[in-house]
Amino acid sequence: MLTTDICIVGAGPVGLFAVFEAGLLKMRCHVIDALPTVGGQLAEIYPKKPIYDIPGFPEVLAGDLVKNLEKQIEPFHPTFTLGERVEHLHKQDDGSFIVETSEGTKVACKVVVIAGGLGSFEPRKPAIEQLEDFEGKGVAYMVKDPEKFRSKRVVLAGGGDSALDWTIFLSGVAEELTLVHRGTTFRGVPESAEKVVSMAEEGHIKLLLKSNVTEVHGNGKLNAVTVLIDNETEHTIEADYFIPLFGLVPKLGPIENWGLELDKGAIKVDTFDYSTNIEGVYAIGDINTYPGKLKLILCGFHEAALMAQSAYNIINPGKKYVLKYTTVNGIQEL
Amino acid sequence: MEEAIKIIVETQAGERVELEAPTDMGLSVMEVMKANELEVPAICGGMAICATCHVEVLESGDLPEMNDDEAYMLETLPHATGSSRLSCQLRVTPELDGLVVRLMPEA
Repeated sequence: MLTTDICIVGAGPVGLFAVFEAGLLKMRCHVIDALPTVGGQLAEIYPKKPIYDIPGFPEVLAGDLVKNLEKQIEPFHPTFTLGERVEHLHKQDDGSFIVETSEGTKVACKVVVIAGGLGSFEPRKPAIEQLEDFEGKGVAYMVKDPEKFRSKRVVLAGGGDSALDWTIFLSGVAEELTLVHRGTTFRGVPESAEKVVSMAEEGHIKLLLKSNVTEVHGNGKLNAVTVLIDNETEHTIEADYFIPLFGLVPKLGPIENWGLELDKGAIKVDTFDYSTNIEGVYAIGDINTYPGKLKLILCGFHEAALMAQSAYNIINPGKKYVLKYTTVNGIQEL
Repeated sequence: MEEAIKIIVETQAGERVELEAPTDMGLSVMEVMKANELEVPAICGGMAICATCHVEVLESGDLPEMNDDEAYMLETLPHATGSSRLSCQLRVTPELDGLVVRLMPEA
């Protein structure tokens, strides 16, 4: 089991800066993130977008801000578990915690800091009755191993890039492939859209426009879906797999079941130190809420600084902390 | 001179709420709805990446063109309609006076 002072959930800018603030107070950090790289939204969604409201940087690319933060925390040697989602929080009798991930990694710590941003990104599921009953039994929301679909009858749904890309790819793998799309046009890469349309014209795939999958059928395993065409005609397609590809939506995920006080999907905190209703658990950045909350990286940085002062008292009980400016003492490596 | 327009929001319960929105603050319709404590999660804060501020436009004058981010997101929503918009991308301008939108279920 890994042991640290603070376990930070989320490797976005605020989670990374929390490592820095904790490091200044000589507290060790372990950072966990569901994504395989650090940087959170900045790295995953908009690395090339400029940010204008970071003090001292008139303009900085999101990706560069992440790189700078990584450099800034180097002296404190944080450790990372990436590509694993936090699942469980176990409070120990002595008030410390064990944080457990989806892959079974366990981190023992005295303080947990949730810096999860928007939460973890999960597939957006269409509102189809019994859809969840068929998950893993013919319904999938992503294509992990294309070989699984070899010589199978596959129905894809969606109109974005992933729906187009997987239609093209799986057309050479599946025995029969149908793409169901609500609209009449595609906003994805034009070349992909053109290719899908021509593949349909040549009879390599079936393309159903102005259509929605409305029902899933099967006995323990999917064997057909019902498609409503143009809001009036119902059509049943025999299918071994149905893959709705409607993008990702951020969700709080398992954190929702930790007993934290929530308000509209965000964690309520005390603005004195950004602590939650569970002693020793803090929430900073976009994932928290309080009166006057602003979802800005800048505000998350401020929250990280106050959190670290408070966490110091938990990790060093009875020891007095005296605020020291970095201009006076510099950065002392951990 | 400060100007304000009227925006009418139909909630998921079917109730119509009339909002007054200033046109000189660079606000989006999503921000006006949140300021009036309507149930709009808008968890991404207006970056067109979560679609939790999705509305259906019921009545309007000229609406601004969709940018690529908004169009792409709406294309991927399973329950979007031909008049769907992301309210975070609708800037409050005098042209929006009298806009009527319906809040769509959270994506």
